[in-house]
Amino acid sequence: MKDLLAHFNKAFESKARLSIMSVLMVNESMSFNGLKDLLALTDGNLATHLRALEEAGYVLVMKQFVGRKPNTTYQATDAGKAAFTDHLNALEAFIKTL
Amino acid sequence: MNEHLQTLTEIRSLMERSSKFLSLSGLSGVSAGVVALIGSAVVYMRLRTDWLSVLSYDRLGKYGIGGYREANQFLWQTAVVVLITALAFGTFFTVRKARQQGQRVWNQASRRLLWALAVPLVTGGIFCLALLHYRVLFLEVPATLIFYGLALLNGSKYTVRDVEYLGYSEIALGLLALFLSGYNLLFWTIGFGVLHIIYGTAMYWKYDRNSAQKMGVNPTS
Repeated sequence: MKDLLAHFNKAFESKARLSIMSVLMVNESMSFNGLKDLLALTDGNLATHLRALEEAGYVLVMKQFVGRKPNTTYQATDAGKAAFTDHLNALEAFIKTL
Repeated sequence: MNEHLQTLTEIRSLMERSSKFLSLSGLSGVSAGVVALIGSAVVYMRLRTDWLSVLSYDRLGKYGIGGYREANQFLWQTAVVVLITALAFGTFFTVRKARQQGQRVWNQASRRLLWALAVPLVTGGIFCLALLHYRVLFLEVPATLIFYGLALLNGSKYTVRDVEYLGYSEIALGLLALFLSGYNLLFWTIGFGVLHIIYGTAMYWKYDRNSAQKMGVNPTS
């Protein structure tokens, strides 16, 4: 049991972070507002989770301007995708043992 | 245990919801089909000819130059009215479904879907204008069916799977119409009327009814 849990990734402990990663797995990139609508999180909450993922090197932040408005989009990095897949596999294996 | 299972289910749903526009209503298809059937009936009655031979290559030759222009203009106007009405009803039902689901209509997924549909459709539209320009009216029907089918096939990546099969059906019908040009109005009626109603009804039973029940709305009452 302990072995299985060893593969659980600390960065994905919160459900919000897991959700962010799952959206970024299937979409090449997603804007801050797009994520906000999908996950129904507040600005501050979402920003905190995104920063944590960015610091872990799992998410790439790209800031652009559309006209004069800043537009921030997010992408999953290769490391992020691999970590997410590992985490899901561990979750699956854990469920199968029960 | 339950918590982890629930997490997995939520992840799956989030992946699907974020990459696909799932609010496409079956009723949009049904209404487009009904409008197309009415349009076909109007053309049929106005040109006063039988279902099989209207619009065919030989037949248009018999109209003479004045008759051709009149028939051409009439078909053109009917097509535009049918297209606009079908789009209006289609948009209405899909917007309504999205609202019922508490989803936004205008999001990344719907923008992708719209773009995937628009490129083949606009290409087809210009192609058909060229056919009109060169007076190859009998190829209009196969061309609209084929380009519409390709558009659906392209757009199906961003919405429910059924749209893909509708796309294949329209393409097959268009190719068939290419070689059986005497049955143009019949093919058009099947492609835009009957197929829309069949697929729309199937989609309604598969997706809309359930989501309406989940929302506490009983569609049968």
